[in-house]
Amino acid sequence: MTPPNRRRNAINNVMLTLTGVCAVVTSSTLILVLGYLLYNGGKSLNLSFFTNLPVGQGETGGGIANAIVGSAEMVGLAALIGIPVGLMAGVYLSEFSGKTFGFLIRYTADLLNGVPSIVIGLFAWTVVVVPMKTFSALAGGVALSLMLIPITARNTEQFLQEVPRTMREGALALGASRWRAIATVIVPAARKGIMTGIILGVARISGETAPLLFTALGNQFWNTGLNQPTASLPVVIYTYATAPYESWHRQAWAAGLVLLGLVLVANISARLIVSRGASLPK
Amino acid sequence: MSTPTAAVRTYSKPVSGRLRGGDEVAWAVTFFFALLILGVTLLLVYELWSASAPSREKFGFGFLTSKLWNPVTDEFGALPYIYGTVLTSFLALLISVPLGVGAAVYLSELAPPKLSNALTFLVELLAAVPSVIFGLIAIFTLIPLMRTVVGPALKSVLGWTPFFTGPVFGVGYLTAGIILAIMTFPFIISVSREALMSVPREQREAALALGATKWESTWQIVVPFARLGIFGSIFLGLARALGETMAVTMVIGNSPTIKASLLASGHTIAAVVASEFTEATGKIYTSALVELGLVLFVLTMAINALAQLLILITTKKGSRKA
Repeated sequence: MTPPNRRRNAINNVMLTLTGVCAVVTSSTLILVLGYLLYNGGKSLNLSFFTNLPVGQGETGGGIANAIVGSAEMVGLAALIGIPVGLMAGVYLSEFSGKTFGFLIRYTADLLNGVPSIVIGLFAWTVVVVPMKTFSALAGGVALSLMLIPITARNTEQFLQEVPRTMREGALALGASRWRAIATVIVPAARKGIMTGIILGVARISGETAPLLFTALGNQFWNTGLNQPTASLPVVIYTYATAPYESWHRQAWAAGLVLLGLVLVANISARLIVSRGASLPK
Repeated sequence: MSTPTAAVRTYSKPVSGRLRGGDEVAWAVTFFFALLILGVTLLLVYELWSASAPSREKFGFGFLTSKLWNPVTDEFGALPYIYGTVLTSFLALLISVPLGVGAAVYLSELAPPKLSNALTFLVELLAAVPSVIFGLIAIFTLIPLMRTVVGPALKSVLGWTPFFTGPVFGVGYLTAGIILAIMTFPFIISVSREALMSVPREQREAALALGATKWESTWQIVVPFARLGIFGSIFLGLARALGETMAVTMVIGNSPTIKASLLASGHTIAAVVASEFTEATGKIYTSALVELGLVLFVLTMAINALAQLLILITTKKGSRKA
């Protein structure tokens, strides 16, 4: 082998190895994150963590039950608003929209999806917190729903588009009106994909902290309604992690483990649905 | 409406195709919800604009260039935050672009399909990790590491440059940049990998047949072919880095100063809104923070639009060739 070729081969080997190193480094990050969280969070997890209210720093036996319930409440509210709106808008985009208006809505949905979550929080503050004159679970739920709507809409549209043309035509040829075809044939055919998208969307908003900071604020106690400041899992992690108390740090680790566990389980099961489902019925 | 022909004519009016019994209702209902997305987005822009009015009127464009941030005297300027936002995002890309593109090359060109899918799955799951978790881990691992090992090492080797001077606290621009890099490379990898995989086979084969090594074919033929998609992925990552709030707030040190040293504490737009908004008292203070939100909104929208344009161009090109 002539020297220049040897040099080229050496470069080839070095660079290809480097790309492999990049792949190993990037894909092992998740395992490091998960492992570290399991190690630190596992130590602080116990039953009282899930059933008790927070206690002051230094005391033992405290939990974050109110934050878990608060998170569920706000994510539930966001789902209640976001899923129907997103679904309907997705159906419109896929089945009814003309070229220009469809493009406009699609573009706007992508734009809304790209708005930084802290800005979503500011928006929810101006439209809910300011008129109500109080931080509330309602404001938090609305903020989260604003993130869920565009995700659901675009995802629903995408999976409806993948329903084979022949199924639409078959339904229409049998005399079904368009909405009957949509409601009884097209949407059911795409339901797995749509469900997956919804699960992923809900998982994503349940980990959001920034939109809740000045909408739901936080609460040391059980909240008594939608119009009260409400604790949530991500905000508790933030507050505890940045406080200077050792006992709060342990709570933050445990809360982080719970949150990450929920998010990862949702993501993995969503992917399983997609890969198992072989997308569409024949 | 008395004759069937009339009925057909009336019903065939709206947008595309033939709508019949019940279809108008379905059309109207779904249209309403689609319109809601448009309405909410317009309202968002309007609210940001009107809620920032007191600050905009008081400071004008000077808001963007002033370094002063003093809640006591109601003097506010955005420059330290804009600087921090741009600098940390730039640092993040400096780390995540080589790492991400390198990994994408490996995943699309070298790895066997099964391994490639498995690794991509791990990387994409990383994108689903909430940012507050990254912040939590960084506080207890990355910050001590930066304070005791990386910071002093950088200072002793590169301390003669203005970029690595001053006391090392562990928090600061570089720490935030590293965390943002971890949060952006999943996007870069998954989009770049798609773009690389959509490069036609013939391109690779032609290069290899002409005697190029695998690396030469990849670097000189395949990567340039997919460059628009890769750029798109980078802009997508950039948009996320610019707007990222929690992880940055937890590691940047929260000090509204402009320092050349990457080891110094700083601040970003998203971080200052997150950390000061609930405590902000007075009309001007609050509206100055909202105006920062507006600046961030405009910045990310511009970057996002560019990213989507680039991705659109490449995927169109790819599908035509395929």
